[in-house]
Amino acid sequence: MTCDEARIMLHALLDGELDAGHAREVEAHIADCADCAAEFAAQRQMQRVLADTNLRYAAPASLRNKIEASLPKAQTPPSRRSVLRGFAMGSAVSALAATGIVALVLRQDDQQRILSEVVSAHLRSLQAGHLIDVLSTDQHTVKPWFNGKLDVAPPVIDLTAQGFTLVGGRLDYIDARAIGAVVYKRRQHVINLFVAQTSSTEHRPPKTQTMQGFNCRRWGERGLNFWAVSDIGGDELAEFVDKFETAMKANAEG
Amino acid sequence: MPATSDDPDKARRFREAALPYLDDVYTLARYLLRDASDAEDAVQECYLRALKHFDSYRGPAMKPWLFAILRNVCNAEYARRAARPSAIEDTPGAADQTPIWQESEASPEAEVLRSRDAGAIRKLIDALAEPFKETFVLREINNLSYREIAEAVGAPVGTVMSRLARARAMLRAAWTAEEEHSR
Repeated sequence: MTCDEARIMLHALLDGELDAGHAREVEAHIADCADCAAEFAAQRQMQRVLADTNLRYAAPASLRNKIEASLPKAQTPPSRRSVLRGFAMGSAVSALAATGIVALVLRQDDQQRILSEVVSAHLRSLQAGHLIDVLSTDQHTVKPWFNGKLDVAPPVIDLTAQGFTLVGGRLDYIDARAIGAVVYKRRQHVINLFVAQTSSTEHRPPKTQTMQGFNCRRWGERGLNFWAVSDIGGDELAEFVDKFETAMKANAEG
Repeated sequence: MPATSDDPDKARRFREAALPYLDDVYTLARYLLRDASDAEDAVQECYLRALKHFDSYRGPAMKPWLFAILRNVCNAEYARRAARPSAIEDTPGAADQTPIWQESEASPEAEVLRSRDAGAIRKLIDALAEPFKETFVLREINNLSYREIAEAVGAPVGTVMSRLARARAMLRAAWTAEEEHSR
């Protein structure tokens, strides 16, 4: 690697954008080249100072109001009423749930509705202060927190080493039921992993859908339904699900 | 039984999908236009256009999509300013925001940059030339990945990387120069 190349690549290294092979190449160059090492150190230092400084601007309230005012008015706000109507429709689901077996019998449009609820829950979680009920990067803190709050605590797996940082957990409501949400971060992007119990134990392979610009990857395993939602790219989300499934399998066997 | 008409529902979905990024979009607009009221107008226009095209929007991610729209709005604003050169002259402080430094070779040992207040750093960033500034702001302040930046600005990832390297080198040079000056 030449110095010219390194002067560009070292930024990608700083930003965590390099795969292991390229990262090693850049690191090897820096180890051998005093000039590039100095540049790397200086850039890292500048990045830290920048990260410690609030360089964002807050949109004025007047702007927010103007934009709100320009949106078509909802005559019937998307109220509890219409939401409840939706649930009344699913009374077959509720009847089954009453027997103690929490069943999710999903028809196609139900799936679409639930997907939209999952995405809405993800969006709600992004508003300040709604993301996390229990804040911890330790799976042994997050998992017990769910106990007693849900019939079945969701699997909580630390994927920090795989590039997805566990940041905590939260109770959320999807389809009128309390479910667990495990929260991860990839760089600054939030990934919500929603986990709900289901009576079906069959394995359903992961499938990605996109709604409102969010990727949602959904799968079923060992009596649980999973939805992973984020604004990261589809391939990164698939990587997350792969890593999660692999770790879960390893846990089950180990 | 979809009882509600389509429009309020679309507005609700749009509100939930796009409004959480208002501060992000406004931040980028402030850096691109360097003027609070122009930024406000541009962001409002950006959201109007986004709503108009929301039906055809199929991803990828909302943030880069909004940024791409904002860039188009800002380009129109640049064109308007260029047509009326006096407008630029009127921008407060435009004269002292002209880059005064040379992109000097970094000195061999890493100088330690002193922490500065946010206002001073914003000024240094404001003074960066385009397209380096937007790449820098998208990465360092709006937290986009390289791929998302490439998407928002419509350039290959390799171009994003070299612009970012250039932007950071320029910023550091300006920062260091200013510290020397104030010493």
